[in-house]
Amino acid sequence: MRTYLLRRCLYMLLILLGASLLIFFLFSLTPGDYVDNNLSLSEERKAELREIYGLNKPVFERYVNWMGNLLQGDLGYSLAQQRPVAQLIQDYIWNSFLLAVVATFFTWFIAVIIGVITAYKQYSLFDTLVMIGIFAAMSIPSFFIGLFLIKVFAVDLKILPPGGMITTGSRAEGWDYIVEVMNHMVLPVAVMVLLGVGSLARYLRSNVLEVIKQDYVRTARAKGLKERTVLYRHALKNAMLPAITLVGFELPGLFSGSIIIEKIFNWPGIGQLYLQSFTVRDYPLLMGFTMLLAVLTVIGTLLSDILYHASDPRVKL
Amino acid sequence: MNPLIEINHLSTHFHTGSGTVKAVDDVSFRIHPGETVCIVGESGCGKSITAMSIMGLVEGPHGKVVNGSIQFDGKDLLRISKEELRRIRGNDISIIFQEPMSSLNPVITIGKQIMEPLMIHQRLSKKQAYARALELIELVGIPRAEQIAESYPHQLSGGMLQRIMIAIAISCEPKLLIADEPTTALDVTIQAQVLETLRQSKEQSNMSIMLITHDLGVVAEMADYVIVMYAGKIVEEGEVTELFERPKHPYTQGLLRSKPIIGQRTEELFSIPGQVPNPLELTESCYFHDRCDSCMDICRTRQPELKQVSASQRAACWLYEEEAQHE
Repeated sequence: MRTYLLRRCLYMLLILLGASLLIFFLFSLTPGDYVDNNLSLSEERKAELREIYGLNKPVFERYVNWMGNLLQGDLGYSLAQQRPVAQLIQDYIWNSFLLAVVATFFTWFIAVIIGVITAYKQYSLFDTLVMIGIFAAMSIPSFFIGLFLIKVFAVDLKILPPGGMITTGSRAEGWDYIVEVMNHMVLPVAVMVLLGVGSLARYLRSNVLEVIKQDYVRTARAKGLKERTVLYRHALKNAMLPAITLVGFELPGLFSGSIIIEKIFNWPGIGQLYLQSFTVRDYPLLMGFTMLLAVLTVIGTLLSDILYHASDPRVKL
Repeated sequence: MNPLIEINHLSTHFHTGSGTVKAVDDVSFRIHPGETVCIVGESGCGKSITAMSIMGLVEGPHGKVVNGSIQFDGKDLLRISKEELRRIRGNDISIIFQEPMSSLNPVITIGKQIMEPLMIHQRLSKKQAYARALELIELVGIPRAEQIAESYPHQLSGGMLQRIMIAIAISCEPKLLIADEPTTALDVTIQAQVLETLRQSKEQSNMSIMLITHDLGVVAEMADYVIVMYAGKIVEEGEVTELFERPKHPYTQGLLRSKPIIGQRTEELFSIPGQVPNPLELTESCYFHDRCDSCMDICRTRQPELKQVSASQRAACWLYEEEAQHE
């Protein structure tokens, strides 16, 4: 186990090194930069700014500088916002995380229940109806569902706020603040769950279908166990094993924000910041954030391997 | 003596895309307390489905018990509620399957899997169940019980796993143990051990065993009473010694002839010519007629009934029907 972890960490460093090269060169070799973006600047001023930001140096030297700063924990300095990237990410990422973590929880919770029931009652009316519903939800674009829900719940029924994280001008504190944020979260979370639950439920359904045909499920029944025990203890545990891989992928997803949903619901998350930074070519911020996601992805896969080891006794690391 | 379980006119059909398969076709037999009944026959003759029908484990939506009754303990297992049947399964009637490797849950420890029926049927506490599980592991002849209880199925050999299956099956002291080809997946030396374990646990509790096998050696060693099945029907049944000495039905005769005998040198081992009929193409006839040496005209058109042919033997064959002799 220890040698495995050591080896894994070494690989992770190599992968991250590769990722950093890719990220840096893709961004810096793209024609145009932050300075180009401002059309009102004179050529002399542009050259001056490039000198200040270090954009006129050779690409490789810039990479070494960037990497050196990264290793010291410095993600760089946002050109557009004139603030350290790390600080900016800090400010926005937790808002996105809050949405994502709640949505992910509900998505998995609902998908597991739907997956098990639809598999258990394969081809029943319930199965058919749920699958139609799932396909419908999956095939409608998120901006449409989002706007539709805003229209129904915020504009017509006026029971939920149309967007934002807190009511404009609100000075709520403590418990009131929590309730207010929760109120604002309902619609975006609902849209995210609607979109995410379908594919996951179908995936789990096919896993459960596979597992309930196994001999050990028959043995569990033959022992006289209750159907619920058979399903949730004997079948589900095995059906969930392949899904552990997905858990690892969820980790970066928790922090990456959702560009469309945050835009529609005007949620002050990292997705919005990311999009803004793109339009002004604020590369230090984009690179810093992408690198953060790369780190999280690598950690996520390591995490899923360790989870595998913990939940499937047959897996040896 | 009252029989422990009485199966009457059991029929289990499978509805497939190309027609209905009568996997078990009007089968009746009984098992007395403490008796070992062996059901023999080729693959696909309905032995296992008979067992599954008794346990209520025939897998839907295609398979269904369509007719018959199974009298056990004053109840008809085919007509009681699912909940009642669940209380009988693993408690009064338990079953061991053919493939020990895949019959145990790979992610649950052996100990926990033995404890489950104890906790649900005998309402033992976790601690009591664990202690009993250790006893059971030793009872089926596996040393270092504690270590075994903590291990997972993939860490044990097939023979050990089958003995663990036996431990689970006898944990609640069932009245009837169904063993569905318990030794088929194991190698020969292990087979003997597993059979010995079965026999010992039987002696300790006077339970009945319904042993399904296609190994006549196993039958000779274990059985009191033998039922021979062919294409979903019983073709012959009787006391083991008599049936082995004087088999009546041509199929049974063929089966016994195809068994190798130690010390006897033959050029080639006998085998019954032909194939098991396609269950979808069966028509009113003796299903064995096209493989039978003594096939008569009537065998092709009418089905013989199971009739008493000697003091303890019954066979379904026109050779023993007076009606046929006169024709």
